[in-house]
Amino acid sequence: MKTFFTVLGASIAFFLTIAMFGTSGWDRPPLQTTQNGFRGTGMDQIHTRDGVAETKAANVAPAPADPAEPGEELAGATYENVQVLKTISVNEFNRLMVSMTEWVSPEQGCTYCHNTENMADDSLYQKKVARRMLQMTQHINESWKDNHVGGTGVTCFTCHRGQPVPAHVWFTDPGPNRPGGFTARNNGQNLAKASVGLASLPYDTLTEYLADKNIDNNAIRVNATTALPTTKGKPIQDAEKTYGLMIHMSEGLGVNCTFCHNTRAISNWSQSTPQRTTAWHGIRMVRDINGNFLEPLTSTFPTARLGVLGDVPKVNCTTCHNGQSKPLNGASMIEAYPELAKSTETASAADPVPAAPAPADTAPTPAPQ
Amino acid sequence: MAYYQNIFTEVQVRSTIPELGVPVDVDRRWGTPFHSYLFGLFGNAQVGPIYIGYLGGLSAVCFLIAFEIVGLNMWASVNWDPVQFVRQLPWLALEPPRPQYGLKILPPLQEGGWWLIAGFFLTASILLWWVRLYRRARALGLGTHVGWAFASAIWLFLVLGFIRPVLMGSWSEAVPFGIFPHLDWTAAFSLRYGNLFYNPFHMLSIVFLYGSTLLFAMHGATILAVSRFGGEREIDQIVDRGTATERAALFWRWTMGFNATMESVHRWAWWFAVLTTLTGGIGILLTGTVVDNWYLWAVKHGVAPSYPQVYAPVVDPLNMPGAVP
Repeated sequence: MKTFFTVLGASIAFFLTIAMFGTSGWDRPPLQTTQNGFRGTGMDQIHTRDGVAETKAANVAPAPADPAEPGEELAGATYENVQVLKTISVNEFNRLMVSMTEWVSPEQGCTYCHNTENMADDSLYQKKVARRMLQMTQHINESWKDNHVGGTGVTCFTCHRGQPVPAHVWFTDPGPNRPGGFTARNNGQNLAKASVGLASLPYDTLTEYLADKNIDNNAIRVNATTALPTTKGKPIQDAEKTYGLMIHMSEGLGVNCTFCHNTRAISNWSQSTPQRTTAWHGIRMVRDINGNFLEPLTSTFPTARLGVLGDVPKVNCTTCHNGQSKPLNGASMIEAYPELAKSTETASAADPVPAAPAPADTAPTPAPQ
Repeated sequence: MAYYQNIFTEVQVRSTIPELGVPVDVDRRWGTPFHSYLFGLFGNAQVGPIYIGYLGGLSAVCFLIAFEIVGLNMWASVNWDPVQFVRQLPWLALEPPRPQYGLKILPPLQEGGWWLIAGFFLTASILLWWVRLYRRARALGLGTHVGWAFASAIWLFLVLGFIRPVLMGSWSEAVPFGIFPHLDWTAAFSLRYGNLFYNPFHMLSIVFLYGSTLLFAMHGATILAVSRFGGEREIDQIVDRGTATERAALFWRWTMGFNATMESVHRWAWWFAVLTTLTGGIGILLTGTVVDNWYLWAVKHGVAPSYPQVYAPVVDPLNMPGAVP
């Protein structure tokens, strides 16, 4: 009896140890830490050295195509049905088309978007989408230059990475079917979902915070701005949603909370890092992209490209960042493609004006401290 | 002499006739007692008989009802899929009503009604168990220390799930029933109320919690270490000090200059354990009701230090002149 229990106990301990080593997602040293706040505040970015090397290797920007030969002919005058890139030269136009093929459809080639019998034909939905995406790229590089993308800018490759559909797009997640009737709803949370880093937080927080371009600017903020209660504050459920969004941002950028926040006072701006401001504008940029460029394409996409609720594929932080705080190791994308740096259309173009900020409601705004 | 240096209990006392203890007036003992080697490794080798009584029975029934309501709703949340139920069990939960229902006594079952019913039965079960503990202690002529210690834990439970939500005017402020969900709720709670670590009652609760583990380790180690001198008779030695007590006391006076006594160490441990949940409950009760942001509260009262500015001033983009989204 005694021997039996000894052997049983020892084997259970042994297998638990093995399981612990095999399943806990340990980070193998050596670790690499970067301090990004005052000493003692615990503001550090912690990565494994291998992990950093791996991420770096997985995010290499392609070499830009050779510069186009100078030429006077304009694409809009030479080719039919050119709507966005009318004012660039034919040589630049063709160079960009070749680069776009490499960035987006290297395997499928030109025929992914074009009818090769008649290149001007708009019958393929891919071509219509690509045209809108060109406008979007120019819009991002022009309108979001100061606040988010900087001089680095984006090209098709930033998101597409050699795939017609970027690896990190998302759809509204209605959650599993439930039996209905009087069984409790899960309130859109409490499932192991990758969208919130496998936490039990609300898993469709992106739809609320990143898909709605007209959302109130204070929606994400949940902290009171005074020590003592003055008005009815936000419920804990809202804090969970914000927390879910922040986990998405953290996973998408491969950083922890302290990259932007001093976690002793998460909502406090004066103790935050400058990256928080960039991220704040990034959230607005994503809403702009989803609301003004992708959603209007809902009827252009075939049903197979839409989500279960018939919603268009949308972008989030991961779509460009792919696990890095600076996408593609921070490589400058538009230096070699100046035609993507700003709108090449005339002033009357359908480029949407960023929506004016929604009037602030009575929700508390963190006061500067 | 290595008996007391093992992980498991080395001495198993087995009586030929199971020990039934002192006779009491009302006796509802159930089951035939037996001896188990396995149980003997951790505690007494004799198992049973157990005293059920109507309080224990009612408490068990209430607990089962609550357990079933929570479990079946969790299973339903994965559409009755048995595989997903097992895989996702740590993530599943029964959520309290949404904020719009306020303190409505019974919102629709699917909108939090089940949570209230489960909470009612769980609370009933716990309170009945408390009465049972109290009455059994009295029946045996014991003090009621265990009951009052348990009451301290019940205080924290009631603050979290009942008293604070009532003061806040909404059941949505209460904790969900679920393994990871209640942990995520805790993190979100701290984030919502501006960092619970600046709550002084949370600080006290942590001191008593960690202090409890320290005292437990010190006392357990001391008694095991002096067992070879008769230290297991610690209660006798409260008044009749033997060499075990003297050596233990001397050891602590040598190493830290001061020692508890065989009596006082148990009071230390009891109070530390009781104060953990007592102060914790006060801290939770004050959160949201009288303090909305603990960090700002700590700044106001000179608790939180300020650190030098590392970056150029960062300002809220919404407060920037001409801010556009």
